[in-house]
Amino acid sequence: MPTDEIVLEAIDICKQFPGVRANDHVNLSLHKGEILALLGENGAGKSTLMNIIYGLYHADSGAIKVKGREVTFVSPREAIHSGIGMVHQHFQLIPVMSVADNVVLGEEVTRGVLLDQTEAARRVRELSQQYNLAVEPGAIIEELPVGMQQRVEIIKALYRDAEILILDEPTAVLTPQEVEDLFKIMRDLSDRGVSIIFITHKLKEVLAVAHRIVVMRGGQVVGSALPAESTPESLAALMVGREVLLRVHKEAARPKDVVLEVANLSAHDDRQHPALRKVSFEVRSGEVLGVAGVQGNGQTELVEVLTGLRHGDSGQVRINGKDLTNASPRAVTSASCGHVPEDRQRFGLVGDYTVSENLVLNSYFEPPYAAPPSWRTLPLVAVLFAVPAIAIFAALAALWGEIQRLVVWPLVLSLFGITDVEAASRDAMKGPYLIELVETVVVALVLGYVAARLAFWLVNWVSKRGPAAGQTPRAGLVFNHTAVDAHASGLVAEYDIRTPSVETPGGSLSGGNQQKLVVAREFGRRPRLLIAAQPTRGIDVGSIEFIHQQIVAQRDAGAAVLLVSAELDEIMALSDRIVVMYKGEIVATVDAGAVTREQLGLLMAGAHAEDVLRSRPAASAA
Amino acid sequence: MLSTVMVEAAARSRRTIWMTLIGVVLAVVAAFAAATAVGPETVVAVINASIRGAIPIALGAMSGIFSERSGVVNIGIEGMMLMAAYVGFMINVGLSYGSVPAALQAEPVRLGLSIAGGVLVGGLMGLLHALLTVRFRVDHIISGTVINTLALGLTGYLYLPGATTGGRLPPAVTSPLTPDAGLFYWVGEIVLEKGLITYLTVLLIIVFTIALFRTAWGLRTRAIGEHPRAADTLGINVHRLQYLNLFFSGCVAGLGGVFLTLEAVGTFERGMTNGRGFIALAVMIFGKWHPLGAAAGALLFGFATALQGQLQFFNIKIPHQFVGMLPYLLTVIVLAGFVGRARPPAHSGKPYDVE
Repeated sequence: MPTDEIVLEAIDICKQFPGVRANDHVNLSLHKGEILALLGENGAGKSTLMNIIYGLYHADSGAIKVKGREVTFVSPREAIHSGIGMVHQHFQLIPVMSVADNVVLGEEVTRGVLLDQTEAARRVRELSQQYNLAVEPGAIIEELPVGMQQRVEIIKALYRDAEILILDEPTAVLTPQEVEDLFKIMRDLSDRGVSIIFITHKLKEVLAVAHRIVVMRGGQVVGSALPAESTPESLAALMVGREVLLRVHKEAARPKDVVLEVANLSAHDDRQHPALRKVSFEVRSGEVLGVAGVQGNGQTELVEVLTGLRHGDSGQVRINGKDLTNASPRAVTSASCGHVPEDRQRFGLVGDYTVSENLVLNSYFEPPYAAPPSWRTLPLVAVLFAVPAIAIFAALAALWGEIQRLVVWPLVLSLFGITDVEAASRDAMKGPYLIELVETVVVALVLGYVAARLAFWLVNWVSKRGPAAGQTPRAGLVFNHTAVDAHASGLVAEYDIRTPSVETPGGSLSGGNQQKLVVAREFGRRPRLLIAAQPTRGIDVGSIEFIHQQIVAQRDAGAAVLLVSAELDEIMALSDRIVVMYKGEIVATVDAGAVTREQLGLLMAGAHAEDVLRSRPAASAA
Repeated sequence: MLSTVMVEAAARSRRTIWMTLIGVVLAVVAAFAAATAVGPETVVAVINASIRGAIPIALGAMSGIFSERSGVVNIGIEGMMLMAAYVGFMINVGLSYGSVPAALQAEPVRLGLSIAGGVLVGGLMGLLHALLTVRFRVDHIISGTVINTLALGLTGYLYLPGATTGGRLPPAVTSPLTPDAGLFYWVGEIVLEKGLITYLTVLLIIVFTIALFRTAWGLRTRAIGEHPRAADTLGINVHRLQYLNLFFSGCVAGLGGVFLTLEAVGTFERGMTNGRGFIALAVMIFGKWHPLGAAAGALLFGFATALQGQLQFFNIKIPHQFVGMLPYLLTVIVLAGFVGRARPPAHSGKPYDVE
C-alpha cells in the first residue's frame, strides 16, 4: 500500500537523442509501497526515463533523488546499490544456467574460493517463499515457462535488496493467467513496502493493478490519473492525444464459400512432442475465425504447418479447394494466402533490408518487380547466361571427345578394317587438315547451340522457380527498383507506416511500424486467405486500432481470416466464430456472439466444452 | 514439472558417469587382451605414446575452452602454441651456451625459465587476440588467422637450424619398480616416468574443471560467453574478464607449445605444431566445451596417433599413408558425429558493446 514517503524522484529530466527529444523536462515521484503505472505509446520516452534512472543512460540535465538524496549513476551497478532493480522487457537471464546461478551472478555466495551452491539455493528458496514467488532454484532457465523466468528476474532484484522495482513491459510476453499471477505478486510486493514502476501501454492492466497512473507522450508527462477516476477511453485519449476507438466496429459476417479446409491435421513441435492432434476446421470467405488458447497449445505449430514452415505428420490442408498439405511457403503464398507471422523480427521481415525491399518479400519474383533485362543490365545478364553456357559447352565437348575416341573412331576405322586406333590416329594427324577443320567447326556449332539452349532453359528455370507454370506471367531476371519503390511508397501512405523513407532499413522502425509494414505487405495483395498470428503483440494502441480495422476491412472485402491471438479481448472483438485449442486439440467451436469471456477462459484452461457451455445462461447472466 | 526437470538432469549426469566408468573398464579389458596378444611392452608403448600425443591437444583444447567460454572464438591456438614452442626452445638454447653462468645453466633453472618464457609469450599472444577482438572488434576468425600467420612467419624466419640445447625435461618421477614387479612395473611405467608438464596438465584439467563450474570466476566466465548483456546489467565488467581469460587461454596454449619443444621432442622445427591447435578445437567441440570431455577427446586422438605409429611397425599390407590418415579421419568422424549435438556458448564469436 502506498505511503507518504517519497522514495524516488526524477526532477526536470531532459535527454536528447539525435533528432529526438526523448525526455523533455520530465518530473516523476514514486512513493514507498506504490505501484505507479507509466503509460505511453512506443517512443513516448518511458524506457529512456527508466534507463536514466537505472544508470544505463545519462540525463542531459535534471536530477534524480533516491530517498531525498541526490544521486548520479554511472552504471547500473550504482543503481543496484541504491536499491533500484529493473526487470527488462527482454529478460537478462542466461538460458543454460540454473535459477540460483542466475540470481547470484555478480554477487556470488562463496565459501573460500568455491561457490556455496547450497547456500545460494537456500537464499533463493527463502526469497521465493517470502514473496510468494514459487520457483525451483535448481531448474534450468530455458526449461521454464516465460512467467516463471520473469519471477526469476524479480527474485534477482530482490536478492540485491531492491526497494524500487522497475518493470519494463512485463506483461508483453505473458499469458492471461500469468498476467494475473504477476499482478498478485506485484500487490504482495507493494504490501511489503516495495515500490514499483510498471511500464506498459495496456490500459486494462493499468486499471487493474496501479495505484496511480502517469501518462507520457512525445517525451513529456502529459497527465496523471487515479484508476478509480479513469476509463480505458480516457486513458487512451490521453496517451494517443486524440480519441481512440477501442471497440472494433463491424457488421455481421456474411460467410460464403469455404477457403481454408483443414482435416485431421497432426504435427510435432521442435522437441518432437505431439503439438497438433487431428485438428479439423474450415474458414469461409468473409468471416474471421479466431483461434483462442493459452500460448503453447499448438497454435504456433498450426500456423507453421498451414504456411509451409513446418512439416505436418498427417491430415490435409486445402486452400481454395487445392491440396496444399506440406506445400512450400512459396506455393502457399501463390495460392493467395497472406501470413502475418507471430514473430515479426524473425519471420516477418529482414531487419537489414530496406522498407521497400521488405514490402516485396512475397512478390519480388513477379513482374513488375522482376523485369526483363534493360540495356543497362544487359551485360550482367549476359554474364549470368554465359557462365552456365560455357560450362555446359565444355562438358559436352569433353563428352563428345570421349565418344569420338572410344566409339566413333573405332567404329569408323573398323569399317576400313583398321584395328590399331592409336596408330591410325597418329596417321590421321598427318592426314587432310581441311576435313578435320570442317569437322571441328560443325561439332562446335552443334554443341554450342545445344549448350546455349540448355543454359537458357536453366537460367529461366532458376529465375522462375516457385510458382507453378502458368500462374505468373514471364518473370524477368532483374530487380526493378523503380517499380519496387513506387509500390512501397503506395503502401507506406495507405498503411500509415511511419518511416523516414522507403530506403530506411526495416529493422530500425518502431515495433508498431514494423508490424504495419508486415501487414501492408500481406494485406496489400488482397489475399483470399489471411493468416494473422498475434497481429498486435507488443505494439501501441494507435497501431492496434489500425490493424484491427484492416482485418475487418479484409474480411468485408471477401477474405477468409484465420486469427490466432493470445489476447482474449482481440479474439472476442474480431472473430465471427472461435475455436479453442488446448493441448493441440480443438476442444470447442463456438459463435463469437454466444460465448462469454469467462467461458472462453475456462475452455482455454482445459475445462470440458459440455460443462462450460451448458452453464451458459448462468454465466452470461452474471 | 520442475521436479521432472531435476530428475532428468540428475539422470543425465548419472548416465555420463556410468558411460565413463564403462568406457574405462572396457579400455582396461582391451589393454589386457592386447597385452596377451602382442606383449605388455607394445601395449605400454602405445599407452605412453597416446598420453604424449594427448597432452598438447588437451592443453590446446583447454585454451579453446578458456576463450570460447568467455565468448571469443580462438582459432589462433595453433599460432600461440608455435610461438611459445619457439620461444621456450630458444630460451633453452640461449641458456645452454657455455658463457652463461652455471647457476642459470642448472637444469631446473634453465628449463623453468624456458617454460615460463614460452608460457608468457603464449599469454601475450592471447592478449593480442583480446586486443584485436575485444577492443578493435576485429572478426574473431580473422584475428585468429592473423595470429597463426604471424607465428608461422616469425618462427620460420627466426629459426636457427642446428641449434643445440643442454637437454630437455627429464621424467619428474622415476619409477623405483623393476620388471620383477609384474603388473605394477607396467602400471608404474605408465603412471610414473613422465615429465613435469604432463603432470601439470593433469592438475590443470582438474583445477580448471573445478574453477569453471564451482567458483565465482567460472560462473561469470560462463555468463559472459552465453549472455554478456545479462552479466553487464549485473555490474560485471565483461571486457576485463575477456582480457583476463584470453591471457589464460594463451598461457595454456603456450604450455602446450613448450611441451613439444621442452618435453616431448626437445628441438624446434618449422611449423612443428602441425595442425595440433586445430585438432584441439575439434577436440574441444567433441568434449562439449567441458575440460574433462576435452581431455577424453584428446586421449582418443592421442590413441589414434599412437596406434597409427604402432601399426606402421606391423607388417600390415596397407599403404602407410592410409594408416597415417587415421587420427585425422577420426577427427572428421568424431566431428561429423558429435558436433551436431554439441552446443557452443551462445555468444561465442560475437563482439559485445557496452552501452
